[in-house]
Amino acid sequence: MRPFTYERALDPADAVARVAAHPDAAYLGGGTNLVDHLRLGVAAPGRLVDVSRLALDRVESRDDGGLRIGAAVRNSDLAAHPSVRHDFPVLSQALLAGASGQIRNMATTAGNLLQRTRCRYFQDVTTPCNKREPGSGCPAVEGRNRTLAILGASEHCVATHPSDMAVALAALDADVVVLGPSGERRIPMADLHRLPGDEPARDTTLDPGELITAVELAPLPAARRSAYRKVRDRASYAFALVSVAAVLEVEDGVVREVRIALGGVAHKPWRATRAEEALRGREATAEGFRAAAEAELGAARPLSENAFKVPMARNAITATLRGLVRAAGERA
Amino acid sequence: MPGSAGRDASAYGVGVAFARCDDGYTPDVHEAAETRETREAGEAGVASGATEAMEATEAKLTLTVDGSARTVTVDTRTSLLDALRERLGVTSPKKGCDHGQCGACTVLLDGRRTLSCLSLAVAQQGRDVVTASGLDDSGDLHPMQEAFVEHDALQCGYCTPGQICSAVGVLEEAAAGHPSLVTDPDVPAGSAVPLTDDEIRERMSGNLCRCGAYVDIVAAIRDVAAQRPPVPSR
Repeated sequence: MRPFTYERALDPADAVARVAAHPDAAYLGGGTNLVDHLRLGVAAPGRLVDVSRLALDRVESRDDGGLRIGAAVRNSDLAAHPSVRHDFPVLSQALLAGASGQIRNMATTAGNLLQRTRCRYFQDVTTPCNKREPGSGCPAVEGRNRTLAILGASEHCVATHPSDMAVALAALDADVVVLGPSGERRIPMADLHRLPGDEPARDTTLDPGELITAVELAPLPAARRSAYRKVRDRASYAFALVSVAAVLEVEDGVVREVRIALGGVAHKPWRATRAEEALRGREATAEGFRAAAEAELGAARPLSENAFKVPMARNAITATLRGLVRAAGERA
Repeated sequence: MPGSAGRDASAYGVGVAFARCDDGYTPDVHEAAETRETREAGEAGVASGATEAMEATEAKLTLTVDGSARTVTVDTRTSLLDALRERLGVTSPKKGCDHGQCGACTVLLDGRRTLSCLSLAVAQQGRDVVTASGLDDSGDLHPMQEAFVEHDALQCGYCTPGQICSAVGVLEEAAAGHPSLVTDPDVPAGSAVPLTDDEIRERMSGNLCRCGAYVDIVAAIRDVAAQRPPVPSR
């Protein structure tokens, strides 16, 4: 492991100054992914700037009824927060579907968003990987790709984003607040993560030195009826093969509001806008849900080992939406 | 920034105590801390830039470990697990996978169950660490340890200290109203969550047992949870 210096930032601006001044510096949050990467050799920063103790550890209600979630709030605390459980249950469920109790006690909001793919080739420094070593190739395209992408991949990278929380935040249209050397800006969740294209080394649209300071949720009354469903190889403590975050509001049998995001299928949380369009204003029926899911998955390009994800995603979307209708006491 | 970083960090408790070149020279780790602080004081006056290649990759930290204050100088790359086991002689937390997948290294950090293998020691300055061997400061077995013995909740025992720290954390979390994925959504936020077997299994999923003692581990935790009905503790 490469030696590194360790510094504890005094405040967010100090953290940004410390990292922006050094191209080989990295932020340290809960460490649950970065410390593993240091050990594996996937990451080799020369300087760590610890932001885990910054005063960004509160969940605050906004005046408009939304929430501002500090970047250093631990996943377990966010999942247990009364407003999150009541107003955005999909977010609480997604957090609780991720990792283990110990890791949720350590992992931060910002770190969860910025965790990196668990593609075996990315994590194994003895193999080529365009994300880890641009231009070295992607063995996953022809290799072991059962857990990898079916949507939005490129010939250069077929990795999936591993976060559950990010899928819920995508469905909720969260905003990510970031501080950089030239000031603060807000990034819609849909634009934070990117598709791999010909530049798979870049997971996000963050500029060098930018620090996530908060995630904000606008009020969304429909989100009180929301859910996260995760399909995985074992019942707990496993990454998603496919996951669905959904918000559904049905009135007199008609879909008034619907938001769907998928996990485990792409390089970023996949907002299912085609499915949403196919559902909004239409009757809420099981057939309609299934047809909408198929409309979304028409763009799927499965790899040699993961064609099963296409019907799995279709069924997971349909089951999640039907569950939300049943929870509302309606029929579908 | 270079040259000043160590001092800034020291002011906030990091206590960067020694500088080391990246050319392979490793200082004697048993050297008296006072000597190192003297050296740092001497180097702090070196002009910015001159110290670029000589920045601290070791740091002195103070922790409370099982009730005792402990001070140690570590390479910044040292995990909390290695600091405890290799530097402080606290061998109750075990190294299983060293990747956060098995839970054998679980300790209570400021009261919350944490993977010591994925925690950098240097980032834990001032924190309170409790391992399975420090759960009961009177020297008796903690009720969770008694229950593991009673229920024969182990075979080889390697995962047991982590299982027990994790189980103690589970009881606290449930009492504080932290939900799990299997918690009934109708349990009001903030209310203690009853620990059914499904709850215990879900909440303990980060602790693997290769001997497969899971059935008795669940029984042991169920027993302690029943002896001490969850009451909100904070």
